[in-house]
Amino acid sequence: MNTAEFVALTLSPLLISVLSAVTCALPGNFLVLRRQALIGDAISHVVLPGIVAAFLVTGVVSAWPMLIGAAGAAVVAVVLIEAVRRLGRIEPGAAMGVVFTAMFAAGVLALEQSDTSSVHLDVEHALYGNLESLIWLDATGWSSLWDPVALAGLPPELGRIAAVCLGVAAFTLIFWRPLKISTFDEGFARTLGIPTATLGIALVVVSAVAAVAAFDAVGSIIVIAMFICPPAAARLMTDRLEMQIAWSVGFAILSAVLGFILAGYGPLWLGGSNAVSAAGMIATVSGLVLALAAVFGPCRTRSGASAQG
Amino acid sequence: MNLTLASADGARLGPEMAALAHSPLAIRGLTVSYGEKPAVFSVDMTVTAGAMTAIIGPNGAGKSTLLKAALGIVKPLSGSVTVFGKPLAEARGRIAYVPQRASVDWDFPTRVIDVVTMGLYRELGLLGRIGAAHKARAMAALERVDMDGFATRQIGQLSGGQQQRVFLARALAQGADLYLLDEPFAGVDAATEKAIIAVLKTLRDEGRTVVAVHHDLSTVRDYFERVVLMNVRKIAEGPVDEAFVPEYLQEAYGGRLATAQIDQLSLAGA
Repeated sequence: MNTAEFVALTLSPLLISVLSAVTCALPGNFLVLRRQALIGDAISHVVLPGIVAAFLVTGVVSAWPMLIGAAGAAVVAVVLIEAVRRLGRIEPGAAMGVVFTAMFAAGVLALEQSDTSSVHLDVEHALYGNLESLIWLDATGWSSLWDPVALAGLPPELGRIAAVCLGVAAFTLIFWRPLKISTFDEGFARTLGIPTATLGIALVVVSAVAAVAAFDAVGSIIVIAMFICPPAAARLMTDRLEMQIAWSVGFAILSAVLGFILAGYGPLWLGGSNAVSAAGMIATVSGLVLALAAVFGPCRTRSGASAQG
Repeated sequence: MNLTLASADGARLGPEMAALAHSPLAIRGLTVSYGEKPAVFSVDMTVTAGAMTAIIGPNGAGKSTLLKAALGIVKPLSGSVTVFGKPLAEARGRIAYVPQRASVDWDFPTRVIDVVTMGLYRELGLLGRIGAAHKARAMAALERVDMDGFATRQIGQLSGGQQQRVFLARALAQGADLYLLDEPFAGVDAATEKAIIAVLKTLRDEGRTVVAVHHDLSTVRDYFERVVLMNVRKIAEGPVDEAFVPEYLQEAYGGRLATAQIDQLSLAGA
């Protein structure tokens, strides 16, 4: 492949997958440590009907309506979970499971029934993402990076995910101390005057924004891999949260780059003719990274001193 | 949450107000409920400054809950809390809290020194740099509990007693005037128990106030000057000789303590 082709066809989707992976991995670190990793899963399922509803109302696939739709869907989910829990008298875990999968299924059905042929929004997109289509046709080579006309032709998803990634990174950096303290010891954090409940909600909101922004790239199902795999693998590499974050970002980038390349060229190397889903391959690679970390990571042994007093 | 003295209480407490204003921790009419049954019911308590007070009572008596409500960790149904005569929110910088060791996940990826530095959060704020002075204070706190050799260890590698000392060091780093501890001796080795009580007594000798939820009735007389005996409601409060007596113990523990045991406990110090 020559340079022009790389810049036009590969650079943009590659950057988007890298940014998506990092955007989800950052809050994922805290979700995993708070034993809330499945909130990422929940968010990724619940936002689908919200995104579809936003599209049906506005007729376009654009960021703000999608975010508002996703937020609305999250509120509906919370109300439904509470309703199922109380009316059905079943335990919260089961209530959540029922609501998330039901809402996701409803989203898939609504998507199938609605006419989305004019935009990049269909069932396949919702499941596997849309990476391969996020190309930069205006690019003619590296020089296009300094060409305002060509830059205007960049897929808007790239700017969006870059902005969200920056926002998530800023959130993590600015609220680092309270996030760390309240994740480790919530009661103590409260005695310091840290508004732990608000911070917890902020973390979930940030994760939801990350999930919606990454939706374009890797689809709503595979987002969950980006929330859990890099942080979980990173935890096995170090015993310091600061280093864990760095490792998780590294693993996220590694998974995205390696997954993207393997999806595009792996089948060719093996004699096949078609590329496979990049998003699927990225999630698979992140799973493999986690498996390797689980076997070879230096900090994989849990301490003998239990938390039982 | 903003807890202040209700005006009705203020009127009723008129003559007592001066004492209240000076008490490190004054609790009035505190009721906390997790479900339908209250865990703590209408508890009044006035902690004496510069003393060591034990909160004792049987399992499920609401001791930890009382402490958490006093700190604003759980929200009470009703009641008021004042710290050094001020509402809790204005006095947070003067309180240090040592939670139950089992309340956190010790596999959390962090080092001993990082946990102690958490005690400096109110000074550091969101983005303040951890300077040499801060590091020195964190190390000094670790030295006081004999844990300075473990500063760079991951907290999961520590024994239960060492973890408890790290929690105490974090509270020491806070440099507070009022120390609230939730079962600081639960599941620790004898050496740690000695070390912790020595540190707490030093704090008291420096004029600071110590309040601990305590489980082991046999050490109450040796460790504490004052006792709050409770079982959902407060049963007695005062100097050990007045409040830690068979009559009140019987009322708090009911059939859970044999009469012979109670006699032994209350006579131990006499």
